Amino acid sequence: MTTFVELLVNGISIGAVYALIALGFVIIFKATEVVNFAHASLLLAGGYLVARLWPLVGFWAALLIGVAAAALVAAAIEFLVIRRANVASHSVLAIVTIGVDIVITTELTRQIGTDVLAMGDPWGSQVVQFGGVTLAETRIVALVTAAALITAFLLAFKYTGWGVAMRAAAEDAETAALMGVRLGRVSMSAWAVAGGLAAVAALFLCVFPTPGLDRSTSLVALKAFPAAILGGLDSTTGALVGGLIIGVTESMMSGYQNDMAFLGRGIGDVAPFLVMLVILLIRPAGLFGTKELARV
Amino acid sequence: MYRYLAWTGVAAVLCLVPFYLDGFWLQTGLFAMSAAIGAIGINLLTGATGQLSMGHAFFLAVGAYSYVFFSAEPTARLSGLGLPTGVAAVLAVVVAGVAGGLFSPIAGRLKGAYLGIATFALIFGGQHVLFNAEHLTGGFNGRAVPELNLFGFSFGDTPELIVLQVPFGTLERLWFLGLVLVALSMVFAQGVLKGRPGRAMNTIRDHEIAAGVMGVPVARYRAGVFVLSSMYGGLAGVLLALVFQRTVPEYFGVLLSLDYLAMIVIGGLGSVGGAVVGALFVSLLPQLLTKYSDSIPLVAAPGTPGGVSPAEAARILYGAAVVTVVLFLPGGLLGLIKKIRLRPPRLRLPLSPPSPSPETRSPHVP
Repeated sequence: MTTFVELLVNGISIGAVYALIALGFVIIFKATEVVNFAHASLLLAGGYLVARLWPLVGFWAALLIGVAAAALVAAAIEFLVIRRANVASHSVLAIVTIGVDIVITTELTRQIGTDVLAMGDPWGSQVVQFGGVTLAETRIVALVTAAALITAFLLAFKYTGWGVAMRAAAEDAETAALMGVRLGRVSMSAWAVAGGLAAVAALFLCVFPTPGLDRSTSLVALKAFPAAILGGLDSTTGALVGGLIIGVTESMMSGYQNDMAFLGRGIGDVAPFLVMLVILLIRPAGLFGTKELARV
Repeated sequence: MYRYLAWTGVAAVLCLVPFYLDGFWLQTGLFAMSAAIGAIGINLLTGATGQLSMGHAFFLAVGAYSYVFFSAEPTARLSGLGLPTGVAAVLAVVVAGVAGGLFSPIAGRLKGAYLGIATFALIFGGQHVLFNAEHLTGGFNGRAVPELNLFGFSFGDTPELIVLQVPFGTLERLWFLGLVLVALSMVFAQGVLKGRPGRAMNTIRDHEIAAGVMGVPVARYRAGVFVLSSMYGGLAGVLLALVFQRTVPEYFGVLLSLDYLAMIVIGGLGSVGGAVVGALFVSLLPQLLTKYSDSIPLVAAPGTPGGVSPAEAARILYGAAVVTVVLFLPGGLLGLIKKIRLRPPRLRLPLSPPSPSPETRSPHVP
């Protein structure tokens, strides 16, 4: 029973981190209708800067720089590439982001080499006991931070002028533009926010109990893609639920993998993708995604 | 007329290659041929029908491993069926198609980038199986690939074969097989694209609803193209396995799938020629950089510390090429070639007598 609770809480915590990534993914999709495959490289960029800078400027400053830099890189991608690509199909834009991803990820993994970089976070490997249940401090911080960021974002999305502009642009870009919403700014800010969220997620993907940031971190980040799509690519609620489903599934499957030896080693890494397939079979638009309807 | 002459010339040059170039270039060329077949397949799916697939590497793996499984003699540790290798190669392509067909409930319903993310599952699930089903796949270390033997002719180093004083080993023999397979793949895909199915696929890409209204069964077409593209992937996998002579699971990962998408964007989306040009570009670039790493600034020889290794330099270059092509060269490299060839189509206007109507001039316009 304690194992179960531990796995559940850990799963929710890692799921909240996936939700952060998936949320950024969904924001970008809503604002620019681009499926951003470069998201994993944004995350890697943020995480890499934090890991390299904390010995020089201290952890908190490094985190701030990392988040700002990831936001900047994301905004630059939007400004230099997405805005200028004049293509008919959004699939092609998705492939462009793959090109961007290849460039950034190759360069960063070259810089990282075979190193495993510590994130220099103040929580280290401390654990907390709650009536027999042992939890890593980092996991609790991750959960709280992710929850706070997500709440802040959803509130901003609902109540601030920026949020209203964004929702208007997502609803009907042309009308929004006629109403004075500056579409360029809206989409650029969407990319920047998504980049920042990805950098925060990078921190929590690389702290204890994982050894640190290494070249496989961008593959870990890929698990946020199923999170985004099983919730529905255009739904912020979907991103949250999707993230939690993926996190808990992964945690449970890894935790109990000895009982499921017939499924093979490392089933925890594959489970998120299998869950995604099952859900897509039943609901092709995801759990909360809007079904595309067309009047002819 | 010129077209046929040009094609004959290209074919002749390609047939002469094994007599002059060494093993390194032959192997590189064979990789490029395998890539070309795979790229044609994914260009039918992504370029012509607008369905993104990240799972192409999975079908290459299915093709490669099925060939090994069907053709290898069973041993104590590894199972195999020991079928004739020609039959095994055909079955491998069929199995890849069946694997694509099993995915059709998803491939038919999802569109564009949604499908792209869903097909990530194929890659990760597939690699999981490759690593774990050790009696089938040999696990981490992979399996040796039996030589192909067609109608008594072996595509291996034995028996010795010398043509025009050039010893014909595995690579030389496979070279010609590869050429034939690429040519057949191109002709078939061209037929699909030029005919009724091709027009239906393009309509689905450009306007799904319009396609449906005109009577194109959208879901069935999507699933069908997915199957066809996975069979192309399977064939590419078989050729790749024969060239590599060993299949290892690690090769068939996300990166390989991304390579294929890069190929078709760089070459030109939606056309057979584009796929081939892109496949050549993406598979020759790393090899060229490796070969000439000494004389290129910023690129270090593999294994030396510091500097960008040729493989990394190639990845960065073609990642950038994808972005550049989409921004500045719609139509890809193939589009660029065509544009250069078609440049100033000079209209020779008749000076006298003045043409009565524009229609009479039209035969001069290309």
